[in-house]
Amino acid sequence: MSEPVLVVENLTVYYYTLKGIVRAVEEASLKAYKGDMVALVGESGSGKSTLGYSLLNLVPPPGRVVKGRVIVGGVDILSLRGDELRRARGSLVSMIFQDPFTTLDPVRRVGDQILEVLLEHGVPLEEAKERVVEVVKAVGLSERMAKAYPHQLSGGQRQRISIAAAIALKPRVLVADEPTTALDVIVQKQIMDLLDEIRKTTGMAIILITHDIALAAERASRIAVMYAGRIVEYGPKSKVIENPLHPYTRALLQSVPDISSSEWPKPIPGMPPDLRKPPSGCRFHPRCPLAMKVCREENPGMVEVEPEHYVSCWLYARR
Amino acid sequence: MTRINTYKYVECCSDEARDLRWLFMGLLRYVAIRAALIIPTVLILYTLVFIVLRILPGDPVLAVLGTKNIPPEQLEQIRHNLGLDKPYIVQYFEYLWNVLHGDFGTSMIISGRSITVDLLERLPATVELAVAGLLVSLLIGVSTGFLAAVKRDTKVDLGLRVFGAVTYTLFIPWLGLMFQLIFAVWLRWLPASGRIDPDVSLRTITGFYILDSILTGNIDALRSALSHIILPALTLGLVLSGPYTRLVRSNLIKALESNYVFAYHARGVRSSKILLHAFRNALIPVVTYAGLQFALLLGGAVLTETTFDWPGIGTYLVEKVGYRDYPAIQAVVIVFAFFVGVISLIVDLIYALLDPRIRY
Amino acid sequence: MEVLGRTLARILAKIIPLRVSGRGRILVYTGLVIVLAVIFMAIAAPVLTPYDPTRRAGRSFQPPSWEHPFGTNNLGYDMWARIVYGARTILIVVFLAIAISMAIGIPLGLLSGYYGGGIDRALSMVMDAIYAFPSLVLAISLAVALGPSLFNAAIAIAVIYVPTYFRMIRGQVLSVKEELFIEVAKALGIPTFRIIFKHILPHILPTIMVVFSLSAADAVLTEAALSYLGLSVQPPTPDWGYDLYKGKGFVLSGYWWLIFFPGLMITLLAVGFALIGEGLSERVRREQL
Repeated sequence: MSEPVLVVENLTVYYYTLKGIVRAVEEASLKAYKGDMVALVGESGSGKSTLGYSLLNLVPPPGRVVKGRVIVGGVDILSLRGDELRRARGSLVSMIFQDPFTTLDPVRRVGDQILEVLLEHGVPLEEAKERVVEVVKAVGLSERMAKAYPHQLSGGQRQRISIAAAIALKPRVLVADEPTTALDVIVQKQIMDLLDEIRKTTGMAIILITHDIALAAERASRIAVMYAGRIVEYGPKSKVIENPLHPYTRALLQSVPDISSSEWPKPIPGMPPDLRKPPSGCRFHPRCPLAMKVCREENPGMVEVEPEHYVSCWLYARR
Repeated sequence: MTRINTYKYVECCSDEARDLRWLFMGLLRYVAIRAALIIPTVLILYTLVFIVLRILPGDPVLAVLGTKNIPPEQLEQIRHNLGLDKPYIVQYFEYLWNVLHGDFGTSMIISGRSITVDLLERLPATVELAVAGLLVSLLIGVSTGFLAAVKRDTKVDLGLRVFGAVTYTLFIPWLGLMFQLIFAVWLRWLPASGRIDPDVSLRTITGFYILDSILTGNIDALRSALSHIILPALTLGLVLSGPYTRLVRSNLIKALESNYVFAYHARGVRSSKILLHAFRNALIPVVTYAGLQFALLLGGAVLTETTFDWPGIGTYLVEKVGYRDYPAIQAVVIVFAFFVGVISLIVDLIYALLDPRIRY
Repeated sequence: MEVLGRTLARILAKIIPLRVSGRGRILVYTGLVIVLAVIFMAIAAPVLTPYDPTRRAGRSFQPPSWEHPFGTNNLGYDMWARIVYGARTILIVVFLAIAISMAIGIPLGLLSGYYGGGIDRALSMVMDAIYAFPSLVLAISLAVALGPSLFNAAIAIAVIYVPTYFRMIRGQVLSVKEELFIEVAKALGIPTFRIIFKHILPHILPTIMVVFSLSAADAVLTEAALSYLGLSVQPPTPDWGYDLYKGKGFVLSGYWWLIFFPGLMITLLAVGFALIGEGLSERVRREQL
């Protein structure tokens, strides 16, 4: 296999709030290759969005990356500062967001907003203008929609514009933070199709952040399951879905309603923990049906159970 | 005033043509409706002032002439001449009719003196002062608000907020007189009062001295007019800048915390540019407020004019107050009401230009 | 009587313990100190100065000295005496004016907000027209019509704050009206006026306090303005605005104490009320979060 375009190593992000330190992401590691779609699955508050922000070195204060590396195309994003960092955003790694209604500047034409991204990265004006037309067409909109203001567009159209602005510079990695959550079901499918197409035609690696494991199962090439700030299971989609190892992954899969089956979806008992005071040992142990004594005491390391399929659970680890 | 906030993007004729047509047709209708909305405001105030000045106890003629030594026949004669012997309802509509034709009647004190002529003579001075005051207040308010937002939660921020709150409660005549003491009497930098040196000759065209002196190429007059307007404009502007400081600060902070600013960062746009975009968004509510603020500006102008002997409508009002010249006072109130209405219309138009989400 | 006492205690408990934290508390206390100092000045005036504010106390135009801390004016009146007695005038006019506008604005706002419909539309229109108009000009024309006197100045000022109270109360009633407990009270068959006075009014009390302080700050400036223009109490009764106006005549002579002290007092009192309002509003905002 070729070199990965994205390597995340031991990423740890804390929020230093007045009420204590929130351990939002701890020791997270993953890899993505060209054309991959890695789904980052977890409940809200599991740290998946924070992980997404750190891929752009854009953790909002009072958050801070405490340790780790994020390497995109050979560059450690976390070591960049000032103008270098700004230039890396958009050209090496870019991002789209959940709410297309608020992530576009309401008082500027959408085409100008895309154009600005190109100009800000040193693309000459004429070339940039052509590129805007190209990229607007690439996301399935007509050229003249570039002249519209955000409020004149539908939710799906706005999300397409956001995508266009994010991919205008052909970044290696695109972080998509719940890109379809705020949209209608039909539009959701269209947007996911568009992302799929972009991934296939450009080879961009997409990090899909979602709470919806069904969506991940349908679209992703790899799945990373996050729980309370830690990646608990990571591997190719088929292996994670067909052979889930971690009890949390299993619970998550069972909580999805399945129309074809007669079984009721099973909710996961208990609540996600407060990340200011995370449980000792394995963070899932208070809700885990298979918890053992060791789970309370020590956090299990990542174990490669089968090729490329990693899990962090004492059921598979050896002391 | 239909504000269409979301509509599907409809493909029709070319964009430019569509935009222009929208803008023009919509604008006309919008202006018409907004202009129509001024009428009830003016009417209500007219009625209120009519009731207060004519119907409330107290005889205006007696108030003006004093009670001594006037034979009743002569009093009746004066009343008749002023139309005060007619039923209230007739007076109400007669006067309204005249006002609609631009005739505010004649002064009760100097007989035969047309109030309309007086007002037109004084109007440019007030407008000049109000515009200068508005500019100063925007300049101070927007820059301090901007700085406070950028330096948020620091000592600079706190200092600027206190500055904004305190200047707002300064008493205009006091500030004006202190300025006169310091800059005119002690330092002798600027003239204490008036609008232009009496020995400077200026041919008036528009009545706006600054404009006139530029039009006639009269440097001396320009220098004199400018040096006279500095202190009054600074007084008025400083006092009215506080709300802008606060408004710009809170709106800019809100804008900087918004999702689109985060998205700009994610796309690698320079921070200075992002600040500019956020600033533009933050200015939209400020414009609306400037319209509401205009009434305050006019009230402040009355005090500023009196303090600096500025020959505008404010000093006119105060002079007439001294004589209890009812028709003149009534006229000033109506003119001010009309002013407020027109300004709010203009502000709405600027607002619509700034914010593409508003379609008339 | 007992009900009244209990209500009063509850109101005081709401105001005095100041459940305002941090910055808000500092603002409120600073404002309170200023306002209370002025009130003390007004009450203790005869103790604070040996001079009569309307009698010659020495040579004219004396600059500040130990004997005349704020100097003397053109008639040889002691300025410090005029300041402390002048506090009485401005406080009486301001409190009277606010009381009148509350007495009119609050009931009208309650009715308008609670009943809605035609009354609401008509009242709102009139109030909006007054609100949009330069308040000082309105107060001037009212004061002219009524004739210059302390009581008339209070009425003229009161009229311009009626819309403030009306709009605030009406808005609050509309939002409280939506809340469930009013529905419940209605369903229980509690009479309308009882709902308004027992259930809605206590809810909006903190907001009234804020608006009271802010409008008092504004009323101080308006009273001073009327008095500056000769439309409040008539001379020789001491009044800060009028004294400032008299001082204006001596600007070119450089008699700064005739201008500085009256104007400073006006501004201080206005700042005091404004600080209370600002501080309390931080708390209201927090409670509404």
